[in-house]
Amino acid sequence: MPGTLEALLRFLRSAGFRFAVRFALIFIGATAVFALVFWYATAGSLDRQTDAALRTDALSLVERWREAGSAAVAEAIGERLASDVEGNSIYLLINPEGRRLAGNLDRWPQGVPAGTDWAFDTVQRDGLTTEARLNVMELGNGYRLAVGRDVTEKQRLRDLLAEGIAWSAFAALIFAVTGAAVLRRALEQRLLPAAQTAEAIASGDLSHRVPLSPRNDEFDRLGQSMNAMLDRIDRLMEGIRGVSDSIAHDLRTPIARARAKLEEAVVGPDDPETLRAAMERGITDLDNITRVFEALLRIAEAEAGSRRAAFAPIDLAPVLADVAEFYGVVAESRGQSLETDLPAALETVGDRDLLAQAAGNLIDNALKFAPEGGRVRLTARALPRERIEIAVEDSGPGLAPEDRARAGTRFFRADSSRATPGSGLGLSLVQAVARLHGGDLVLEDAPEELGGTPGLRATIRIGPA
Amino acid sequence: MRILLVEDDAEVARFVRKGLQEAGHNVEHAANGRDGLFLAASEQFDILVLDRMLPGGVDGVRLVETLRGQGNRTPVLFLSALSAVDERVKGLKAGGDDYLVKPFAFAELLARVEALGRRPTVEAPATRLKIADLEMDLLSRTVTRGGKRLEIQPREFRLLEHLMRHAGQVVTRTMLLEKVWDYHFDPQTNVIDVHVSRLRQKVDKGFDKPLIHTVRNAGYMIRAEG
Repeated sequence: MPGTLEALLRFLRSAGFRFAVRFALIFIGATAVFALVFWYATAGSLDRQTDAALRTDALSLVERWREAGSAAVAEAIGERLASDVEGNSIYLLINPEGRRLAGNLDRWPQGVPAGTDWAFDTVQRDGLTTEARLNVMELGNGYRLAVGRDVTEKQRLRDLLAEGIAWSAFAALIFAVTGAAVLRRALEQRLLPAAQTAEAIASGDLSHRVPLSPRNDEFDRLGQSMNAMLDRIDRLMEGIRGVSDSIAHDLRTPIARARAKLEEAVVGPDDPETLRAAMERGITDLDNITRVFEALLRIAEAEAGSRRAAFAPIDLAPVLADVAEFYGVVAESRGQSLETDLPAALETVGDRDLLAQAAGNLIDNALKFAPEGGRVRLTARALPRERIEIAVEDSGPGLAPEDRARAGTRFFRADSSRATPGSGLGLSLVQAVARLHGGDLVLEDAPEELGGTPGLRATIRIGPA
Repeated sequence: MRILLVEDDAEVARFVRKGLQEAGHNVEHAANGRDGLFLAASEQFDILVLDRMLPGGVDGVRLVETLRGQGNRTPVLFLSALSAVDERVKGLKAGGDDYLVKPFAFAELLARVEALGRRPTVEAPATRLKIADLEMDLLSRTVTRGGKRLEIQPREFRLLEHLMRHAGQVVTRTMLLEKVWDYHFDPQTNVIDVHVSRLRQKVDKGFDKPLIHTVRNAGYMIRAEG
């Protein structure tokens, strides 16, 4: 069944499985280290104690041998055996012919290879077969001494220990596997919302967002990044939809107007003057359509964010001063005053041309809506965290609160402004530029001291978000 | 001037060619990039007018890069339907001298062609500009007319300087916006007209012969005889 095999392979390759295996391996490794340390500290320690006691005993007998010879050793062995209450001690002293001089072993242990001092062996003691730990010494002249302990009891203890460790290893293995499965499942479940959201979006529904838990952990941060990305994509899509809607609705009207004028001229009177005037009007209309088109493309360009690649460090203060000077003559020609309040320097990173255009659009708007003799004020200041605030205030009629939210949409024109020239794209561009620079456009009533009715204050804050 | 026009759209090519010829220029036309490159490399022209996107495997940018690679420094004006700033930067980086987005008014094209074609060939910077009795000292940054000193703001000085450097030529509003203010956007209002009219107040008011002239449907021109 290739389907099952494939599913199995996919399971084996899944990150969840790999994490789980890793977890199980680490857990088992930790258990093994624990068991080793435990073994070394218990059974190993007992063995070392036995060996140390045997060595001391054997060395004292060797000393005795040197001082007083074999008879004294035999005597000492006899004494020790007599005083051994537990009956664990094993001694054997043999002469060069192999005859027993002293001790409780029936014969020299067979399992001790020549040339080694230490051995485990099965020995015959007082007619009984037992397990013994032996320390063997060559005393010289062919005399040999074996000192040992009966370790049957200890062996039993070791077996019990080993059994215990084996059981706990088995339990650890079960814990490892269960833990791995739980981990894999938890991982899968935490990733499931993101995966489901991505799937829903892939199938075309952009309204889905990754649900976030209140834990605010790594997965939530991943979800947040995904959501931010989706918001951005959504805005871009909306932008594209907006542009096509605008083309459909708002470019058709001026095109229809231009077409009507030209058609009228063709069927109208043959008077060359009238004809020329009609054609010139037609060209003007076409130029206006081109301007609207350019503006739309520019907004789309700003919204797409591709201009960010061309961001450079700039000092906004002279840029804004230039813009104010550029539009200042217009204000003057209408008897309005354009005041500025700019700091000496305003360092930021951005697109000079777009920022100048955004500020220009705000000033241009303000000058259009401020009455004759009215006031317009351009201010800018640095905010904390390298952000910058640029504001344009005017003493015009202001904007009704219900219109403010829609002011940034393309072609939106408040009913009160229908009589003023404009395409309805100026604030859209300002908003797109502000967003491109990590900020937004905020509209509110102007401060009272400007004497507006109530006047509009348009603020953009830009800078690293 | 001898002008090479490389444009694949027959209608635009005919319109541009006719207009330039009527303005007294000698125009050669190539309909694709390869022919254009061949002509530009083998003959002498005063200016090249290139479409940015061309059929025949050699587009406008490639054409200019190849020419510049051969040491050919003929001024190049790009015509393009691509208006994005990136595209404009790309065109200028490749070695183009100016960039005009389609659709354009012919007057705009002509003004730019003439401004490019008549650029001073000698790079020695002039220190004084003079039109009739209007004199501009570029070192002391002063302007006098008929010996009388005119009070001129720095930006007005640059505006006047640009007009005087192209004396006798039409300078369009967009050209002034780009060259004097370095703005590449639509200012929405006739700001340039207001600036020029202020300058005119200072330069021409009180003198019998006006020097700054409005060219209908095109732009402005400074010249001695009106």
